[in-house]
Amino acid sequence: MLKRGNVTTKMMGVGALVLAMAACGAPPAKETPAGAAGTAKSASELGGMDKLVEAAKKEGKLNVIALPPDWANYGKVIEAFKAKYGIEVKSDQPDASSQEEINAAKQLKGTDRAPDVFDLGLNVALANKDLFAPYKVSTWDDIPAELKDADGAYYGDYGGFMSIGYDAAKVPAPTSVKDLLKPEYKGKVALNGNPTQAGAAFSGVVMAALGNGGSADDIAPGVEFFKQLKAAGNFQPVDPSPATIESGQTPVVIDWDYTNAAQTDKLKGKLDWKVVVPAEAQIGGYYNQAISKDAPHPAAARLWQEFLYSDEGQNLYLQGLARPVRLDKMGDKADKAAKDKLPKTDGKQVFQTQAQADKAKAVLTATWAQAIG
Amino acid sequence: MTSVAPVATTPGGSTKIRGGAAGRPSAAAWLVAVPFLAFAGTFLVYPTVLVLVGAFQDSDGAFTLENITTLFTGVVFDAFLLSIELSALTALIGAVFGALLTWAIAVGNPDGMLRRTVVAGSGVLAQFGGVPLAFAFLATVGFEGLVTKFLRDNAGIDLFAGSAWLFELPGLTLVYTFFQIPLMVIVFLPALDGLRPQWREANASLGGTSWTYWRHVGGPILTPPFLGALLLLFANAFSAYATAAALVSQGSPIVPLQIRGFLTGEVVLGQENLGKALGLGMVVVVTIAMGVNVLLQKRVAKWVRR
Repeated sequence: MLKRGNVTTKMMGVGALVLAMAACGAPPAKETPAGAAGTAKSASELGGMDKLVEAAKKEGKLNVIALPPDWANYGKVIEAFKAKYGIEVKSDQPDASSQEEINAAKQLKGTDRAPDVFDLGLNVALANKDLFAPYKVSTWDDIPAELKDADGAYYGDYGGFMSIGYDAAKVPAPTSVKDLLKPEYKGKVALNGNPTQAGAAFSGVVMAALGNGGSADDIAPGVEFFKQLKAAGNFQPVDPSPATIESGQTPVVIDWDYTNAAQTDKLKGKLDWKVVVPAEAQIGGYYNQAISKDAPHPAAARLWQEFLYSDEGQNLYLQGLARPVRLDKMGDKADKAAKDKLPKTDGKQVFQTQAQADKAKAVLTATWAQAIG
Repeated sequence: MTSVAPVATTPGGSTKIRGGAAGRPSAAAWLVAVPFLAFAGTFLVYPTVLVLVGAFQDSDGAFTLENITTLFTGVVFDAFLLSIELSALTALIGAVFGALLTWAIAVGNPDGMLRRTVVAGSGVLAQFGGVPLAFAFLATVGFEGLVTKFLRDNAGIDLFAGSAWLFELPGLTLVYTFFQIPLMVIVFLPALDGLRPQWREANASLGGTSWTYWRHVGGPILTPPFLGALLLLFANAFSAYATAAALVSQGSPIVPLQIRGFLTGEVVLGQENLGKALGLGMVVVVTIAMGVNVLLQKRVAKWVRR
């Protein structure tokens, strides 16, 4: 059950602020004790990347949480990190939600099983800033200003758009959100999670709103859409997962494009799983990285971030069909083949502001259970 | 899993051991009980206290009654009604069918194959819940289940013509009865075994019929244990979580699923204490059910064969 979610991001300026790249003059390298990794705000504070790698290797372990292997290519990201640095990665609760990541950090605080790093929806990141250790990766300047916390407590890592994944052998290709109300989709449409709890599902309702005469400010038509979907007998109250897709239980799944697209690749030869981002309803969102303040392996945690934001890590995201946050800045260094595979998005792209998201949450809390119950 | 919370003895009420030495238990006796008390304290008392305290706090730890008043409003209150309805219905179905099954094996050979099979099977099935049980249903009568496909392809019957019933209340009702009936067998069998053949013979030799026997002997003796078992089944269904969690993801129709939402949801944050208030509500409902059960058990005790 993927129940993670990003609820909001601010408008991404298309021509993102070009930040004056400060000449990378690292401060004079000081010999730092290994314990300093816990408070280091950048690699240069530790005396450069080599020193960071050294300290991380000495720790030899990294605890990650809520990273499903087929979500944004995390399976391969973890493998690559292990292979590159020889650090053991313990991946806990792959299907946990963002809130569960925070719960785990609080419950396991002080043990060596506590998560070192988080991958969070913005909503949860905003609410828990005091649990994060600020750290700026070497490629910090490439991250658009509106996708990062100024202090480096958390910053966007990859994003995507809400999409409709479907089994082309079973259903006709939907061209719009409203198509899903047709009788051909009877008992076939699933939403990834419960929108009052899961970010992906929340954005799914926003997508339905955009496709049903609503807007980022007014998501009531989205709730109304699912009500109609249920009345038509098309809505399937099953939580979709790679297993339900493969077994044919959920022939249509509303989810992030990168998780849907990952299934296309995975099921090649078994199932013709196609992904469409409805042109009239493009809602985007980014996930965020953060380092736990109480990380039991502070150096490995920081090295992990450096890896994710390096060209290699960003390309791994891209190969998982998620849009890495440095995509625009990477230019030729981005994996072209993977980039060409991204689901097409032309037209008006919507990113909810925090205020819009809060308004939407209130509407959902009040009306969702009745609409679907 | 579908486990039933054991009924804790009231603190301070030392359990009387018939024929045991009168007076207070010795220090050694207390010492022996330490592991149990530590276990119960850690896994029963401490969480209960946490829930109790948390239910009256807001996110900042200040005292508030808001969580409690929310229990009686809107979606949350509906969930309680639905939970109670589901638990009562499955308890009733489980009790009736379970009692009939129990009766069938109780009148049979006490050492027979049937009885041994049913008792052993019930012991296993009463604990069959959560993901395995939900999956068993999905694999057979789910949207793409074996039975569903067979009926669709060969008989033209669409199990899901009306609605996605399996993932709503009717589905939960059906799935819950699968552990309710075996549990009934386990708890009701001792009561039926307590009916002595001599009573039936006495009834017959005094000119009574089958009807008078059940009306004046069997019925009155079995009523309290039956009602007690009914309450136990109610509590069992009311507190079941994993089965529903594995089956239902949309909407949170019953209380345990709502609690899940409040504790793990990442969309609307800061509702942990409301979750605790729901937990407190559940504790109250189960306490009432189990309290009445204990009273009934006291009445039964003298009839059940030791």
